[in-house]
Amino acid sequence: MEEKEIELLKLLEKNGRLEVETIASMLDLDVDKTKEMMEKLEKESAILGYSTLVNWAKVLEYDGVTAMIDVKVTPTRGTGFDKVAERIYRFPEVKALYLMSGAYDLSISVEGKTMMEISRFVSDKLSTLDSVVSTTTHFVLKKYKHDGIIFEEDDDQDRRMMVSP
Amino acid sequence: MKTQEKSYVAHHVDQLKPSGIRRFFDLASKMENVISLGVGEPDFVTPWNVIEASYHSLERGFTSYTANAGLFELRQEISKFLKTEYELEYNPENQVLVTVGASQAIDVALRAILNPGDEVIVVEPSFVSYVPAVRLAGGVPITVNATEEYAFKIQASQMEAAITPRTKALMICSPNNPTGAVLSKQEMEEIARLAKKHDFIVISDEIYADLTYDETFTSFAAIKEMAQRTILISGFSKAFAMTGWRLGYATGPKQIIEAMTKIHQYTIMCAPTMAQHGALEALRNGRSSVLEMKTSYRQRRNFVVKALKDMGLSCHLPGGAFYVFPSVTSTGMSSEDFAEELLQKQQVAVVPGGVFGESGEGYVRCSYATSMKQLDTAMKRMRKFVEEKQIQ
Ligand SMILES: Cc1ncc(COP(=O)(O)O)c(C=O)c1O
Repeated sequence: MEEKEIELLKLLEKNGRLEVETIASMLDLDVDKTKEMMEKLEKESAILGYSTLVNWAKVLEYDGVTAMIDVKVTPTRGTGFDKVAERIYRFPEVKALYLMSGAYDLSISVEGKTMMEISRFVSDKLSTLDSVVSTTTHFVLKKYKHDGIIFEEDDDQDRRMMVSP
Repeated sequence: MKTQEKSYVAHHVDQLKPSGIRRFFDLASKMENVISLGVGEPDFVTPWNVIEASYHSLERGFTSYTANAGLFELRQEISKFLKTEYELEYNPENQVLVTVGASQAIDVALRAILNPGDEVIVVEPSFVSYVPAVRLAGGVPITVNATEEYAFKIQASQMEAAITPRTKALMICSPNNPTGAVLSKQEMEEIARLAKKHDFIVISDEIYADLTYDETFTSFAAIKEMAQRTILISGFSKAFAMTGWRLGYATGPKQIIEAMTKIHQYTIMCAPTMAQHGALEALRNGRSSVLEMKTSYRQRRNFVVKALKDMGLSCHLPGGAFYVFPSVTSTGMSSEDFAEELLQKQQVAVVPGGVFGESGEGYVRCSYATSMKQLDTAMKRMRKFVEEKQIQ
């Protein structure tokens, strides 16, 4: 991949709302060329979407819960972990799923409205799957950082003097 | 009228003009909602591993003085760094001095070499401290003007005209504050030729060396036969975003560094110990953070230069540091009036070019070491201001 393409991806990863004109001038490209690059990266699925990271703790009416679940599974012949992983990631409650090395096989991040809702998901849907051997559920108490972004950054303010040599 | 009070202040200090930067600082800090492009320091915080290393040094009880010249380990690391990055050879035993910022290195260098009345050629527009520092060291500053016509780089012929039998040293700064200009190797060779011919020392302030965007940086000390007559000044403030740590260094010929160390020993003793431990970590494991910051600076530079040109200000593309130096003469205003009115009407602070020397008049310094969001707003406000000026 071209150096400028990687630079563009990094910019968008940090801020998906940057305007094309701004990106173009930052990368010293013209606007058409920048649009073309973005379209190409979208087509190649290097860019999968443009999303917003919400700090739901700031939204008073909203009280959601997140849990990380460690899952041990028996891999199936031929398809290994992929088939069971797919059965799990298709559930809309599942926000992320990774295949892990170490003490368990799959790491799942699940979001629900209440702890009850997540418990029900684990007992009714997840642990009843044939290949699932065991699950360990950890509820998230507080989010400090997600995808490289710190939630309550107090040093957003500029502490520098207005004018300095 | 008050009768003349007796002044206890030494004449040569009394005669120093207060910095123009200071006046602007006073103006800007009284206002609210100001976006400042007036800062000469990074907007990034010091890389976390450096802060961590400094904490750890305190936990381990490193809270006493270090050797006068600085922690030996740090001097070794500095000399290793200069070797791998710029192919320079300095013996950490007696050719490296760790100082309280590049600022102190400049002061000690001048005091170590100047006899009363010795002349130092200072290329302007320049960092605001050079001329006063020469005066305080008992020297006579001789300024030469670099102009936009030559991309803010001094021409050998101009320099030659400024040389006299009293010329002891030349101060250069590349990449430059405030213009961002970077000297090419060939331009340095021209200067080197004069230094040899007229037998003077070059004080090369390379504090922005790591922040060059279009070409690889050549250290002046790496120019043939120049190491023996160059005092290289650098530090951690800019590249590693460590301005508040107050840590810099000087390297050069043994005789001069030892003389500088003597002054340093009797005035400062040593640079802050915890900052030295931070700096050690910065050199060992901080390169990737520097590269990341550098990428951001380059993107912002491109953005700001384009925005300034789009609003009709002429602006050269600076090769390094984090300043642009657009001309404001098309508005018909002096740089001082421009900066002051821009601040009052649009709450954007820039520094009038005149504070960096006569040849800076007609320009303003805009620092792009500020977030893209702030830069975007600042450029919009500035555009409005410039357009209104041009309609009148
Ligand atoms: C050209 C130049 N030299 C030296 C310094 C001082 O650096 P330090 O913070 O290391 O004293 C500055 C700071 O603005 C500078 O721009």
